[in-house]
Amino acid sequence: MRMELIQPFIGSLDAVLAEMMQEPAKIADLNMEIEGYRRKGTAAVVTFRGQIEGRVILDMDPAAAAHVAGCLFGKEVDPSEPIVRETVCELANMVIGNAVTQLNDRGFQFKVLPPEVLTQEQCDKAGNDSEATVLCFETSNGKVYLNIAMKYLQRRTRERSAVPVA
Amino acid sequence: MKQFEALTRKKDSEPVRYLIVDDSVFARKSLAKMIESFGGHVIGEAGDGCTAITEYSRTNPDIVLMDITMPQMEGIEAVERIVQEHPDARIVMVSSVGYQDNILAALQKGARHFVQKPVKPDALYEIIRYVLNDDGVTATVGAEEKSR
Repeated sequence: MRMELIQPFIGSLDAVLAEMMQEPAKIADLNMEIEGYRRKGTAAVVTFRGQIEGRVILDMDPAAAAHVAGCLFGKEVDPSEPIVRETVCELANMVIGNAVTQLNDRGFQFKVLPPEVLTQEQCDKAGNDSEATVLCFETSNGKVYLNIAMKYLQRRTRERSAVPVA
Repeated sequence: MKQFEALTRKKDSEPVRYLIVDDSVFARKSLAKMIESFGGHVIGEAGDGCTAITEYSRTNPDIVLMDITMPQMEGIEAVERIVQEHPDARIVMVSSVGYQDNILAALQKGARHFVQKPVKPDALYEIIRYVLNDDGVTATVGAEEKSR
């Protein structure tokens, strides 16, 4: 996957976590997704459409998500409360929105759809024409994963329009 | 949360009244908490553009904080419809998606300003004060400050 496309997501997640958790987060791991993604905690998915299409999953340890909700309410929040899922959705919205803004300013056209809570345990593997990367951030309240899957429509368009060799 | 000098309406010294429009409960709570720290009063909330239009007519707020990406009707269309009916509406866009096309579209439809999520309270406070003062509505120091 092109790092110029991944970097805005890393920077955006870093900035959003620092702002919303009021503490620094450090990147612990970066992997290519080989098989379908298995959800680890409380997760939300955001889909984007445009010159590059794909989806991003923000997956947080429930304790980390509850910590963010707790910062808002000024008290401890139980990880099972509905507001924790809402919190992950809104954090995903912020992370993807900020990253897409940076990519758009570099000439990539996108439309972002509203976030949805991810309930399924196992997600399908990104398609053959997609590449997926999993980032892991560590915070003092638990791990935060960002799974980014993208497909480049411009390349696919060229492939489709290529004249087959007889 | 940091407390700000209260923003009040010049005409009656009452707290500035806000309508918050966002499909995220978390975002609405977060903005409401900031507004409280500005000495403001949340008079209505909406989770989509359609409800925002109805709530605007019902509550006639001094300021609307409007998200862009929402189900049913997006924020930019809601801005257009509200401003058509209420040309003096003061709407500040609050969105995580802050690219130029979006900002320009919102401003062209009648939004007064734009702030990107995650919202920093200081930035939102200054923008609201600017928008209110631009209209000569107000943004004066609240009673607590005056009494010091």
